[in-house]
Amino acid sequence: MSALLEVRDLTVRLRVGGSDREVITGTTLEIAEGEAMGLVGESGSGKSMTAKAIARLLPAGAGVEGSVHFAGTDVLALSGADLRRHRAKVAVVFQDPRAHINPVRRIEDFMTESLRTLEDVPRAQARTRAADALEEVGIDDPARRLRQFPHELSGGMLQRVMIATALLSRPLLLLADECTTALDVTTQAEVMAILDDLRRDRGLSMLFITHDLELAGAVCDRTSVMYAGQVVETSAADRLHADPLHPYSAALVQARPDVTSTAERLVAIPGRPVSAFEAPSGCRFAPRCPHALDSCRSTEQVLTGLDAGRVRCERAATLRGRLLDPTESPTESEETADA
Amino acid sequence: MLRFLLRRGAMLVATLLVASFAVYGALDLAPGSPIAALTGGRTPSPEVLAELNARYHLDDPFLVRYWNWLTAAVTGDLGQSIPLRENVSTLIGQRIGVTASLVALTSLIIVVGGVGLGLLGALRKGPVDTGVVLVSTVSAAMPSFAAAVVLQFLFGVRLGWLPVLGTGTGFADSLKHLVLPALALAATSVALVTRVTRTAVREELDKEHVQTAVSRGLPWSSVVRRHVLRNAAIPITTVVGLTVASLIALSAVVETAFGLNGLGAYLVQAALNKDFAVVQGISLVLVVAFVVTNLLVDLAYALLDPRVALGSRAS
Ligand SMILES: Nc1ncnc2c1ncn2[C@@H]1O[C@H](COP(=O)(O)OP(=O)(O)OP(=O)(O)O)[C@@H](O)[C@H]1O
Ligand code: SF4
Ligand SMILES: [Mg+2]
Repeated sequence: MSALLEVRDLTVRLRVGGSDREVITGTTLEIAEGEAMGLVGESGSGKSMTAKAIARLLPAGAGVEGSVHFAGTDVLALSGADLRRHRAKVAVVFQDPRAHINPVRRIEDFMTESLRTLEDVPRAQARTRAADALEEVGIDDPARRLRQFPHELSGGMLQRVMIATALLSRPLLLLADECTTALDVTTQAEVMAILDDLRRDRGLSMLFITHDLELAGAVCDRTSVMYAGQVVETSAADRLHADPLHPYSAALVQARPDVTSTAERLVAIPGRPVSAFEAPSGCRFAPRCPHALDSCRSTEQVLTGLDAGRVRCERAATLRGRLLDPTESPTESEETADA
Repeated sequence: MLRFLLRRGAMLVATLLVASFAVYGALDLAPGSPIAALTGGRTPSPEVLAELNARYHLDDPFLVRYWNWLTAAVTGDLGQSIPLRENVSTLIGQRIGVTASLVALTSLIIVVGGVGLGLLGALRKGPVDTGVVLVSTVSAAMPSFAAAVVLQFLFGVRLGWLPVLGTGTGFADSLKHLVLPALALAATSVALVTRVTRTAVREELDKEHVQTAVSRGLPWSSVVRRHVLRNAAIPITTVVGLTVASLIALSAVVETAFGLNGLGAYLVQAALNKDFAVVQGISLVLVVAFVVTNLLVDLAYALLDPRVALGSRAS
């Protein structure tokens, strides 16, 4: 599998009131053709910024270091028409479709705009393709929907319109940024199923951003976990729950409310999530990590391969297999580990 | 849409009724009598007074007079000017062209200047934007009478480029005579429209749906045209429309300052002469123009923003 997208040591700084604020630090991830990569982490960890850097949608004045390669091109060097072509190949499905679709234009306009502007598809043909795309995402009476305005459609329906539209221009990569978070639970499940289906049908690569580790496990091949602007772990999506490599991933697994078990399993992660610019030196998770040692705080942690995954924790190998064990209290395990 | 139009039509008629009543009633309550103006302040003999009162129906009850005036006005007959012994409609007809041209030219200046400057400021950040803000601040601080004096001095007296007084004859000459008055009348409004345009475009640029358009790889020019300008057009049209409506009332100041023979200047003159019928007639014409302009603004708003039309259907 060759990598379609390769992000290496990506660091992003945004200008906030005259000073630079680091929001991503040395993020590394790659997505193969046809692969779905999950990106999870608490609020402010830099998930959206990573996606924006890939699609080159960062706010003006953002400083970017590292590299992003997509389908053989150096994304960070693109400008003008080349940049627009890159953006056309990377479709973004945003969280809030109501805000992200122009409210004064008809659905048909929204759906066919790319086809007509970028590919010169004649109007009638573009309309037919849009109607077909609507049917594919399970919207009845597409002809009528195309004539309607966004405010006449429900949130779930609009998100399906967004997905159908994203697929219409035949992108190579889909960036889905919490694309179901704004919907109610049943609609979430429906929209998710449609997205998953269509993506697999087309063999499309996807970066799937979510807070929901379980959802990522269900639809993705691999999952990357972000903390304070850094990727702290990348593992096979289905293995992350059972065998997390990083203490933060383990904490996320345990914090996840699980419908099948009692509330006792819900362990909140102590402490407050931090963003990159406010993170401590050394291991950024150390203040909240039950396994932290002095050396963790004094050394910058690097992303290192461990088994089939990658983890940014010097103690990962030692802690392997014990992170989810409720009988083993952290302090005791510390003693045995260091003895 | 049809229901929307019907509803707005009914509101228009009601507004005009109230306004016409206010126009007629206010002048009826005003001190002085039209007869006094006619007789030059001397007290006429009782026979003459009775004869004049009868000729101009001044003894009828107020409501009857209002009704007669209104029904005649609907057919285009605004009564007689007592001092001039002329049809008010004729008097208005002779001057309405000047005012209409003045308002039209001013509107053009406001749209081109205000929207143009606002766009420039919003889309070109940095020194260009600072310049736009500066110009609009200066021009906002210029009430039309002050602008009139400045423009007359600068272009008329110092540079001698443009005429400063009078209406002119023939199309080109008339237009030339209108340039300075229109600029004076436009000054404050250009500033207002510039600011609203600049803010509206800036706000639209920051909208998420604009980011969507960018993320799809559309050329910047079509993002600006199809999403930023299209959406910003809603507040811009509204403010332009309301500004133009207000010009109708403000034209009197500028017409007087530049000696233009228009409705506004004539209204002032007629009021001083206690020519009640003319004052009522011109007021009515101005009110109708104002109300109709407002209606057009509302229609434009409903056409530009699909969410508005639905709101009216739901109610
Ligand atoms: N426009 C901006 N200007 C300055 N800082 C920003 C801006 N947008 C986001 N940030 C900061 O960047 C950091 C990362 O934000 P990002 O949106 O990538 O987080 P996220 O992981 O997507 O969070 P969430 O789950 O809440 O969407 C945060 O600290 C945030 O405050
Ligand atoms: S490096 Fe130390 S503090 Fe950081 S996650 Fe690993 S064990 Fe915890
Ligand atoms: Mg986000």
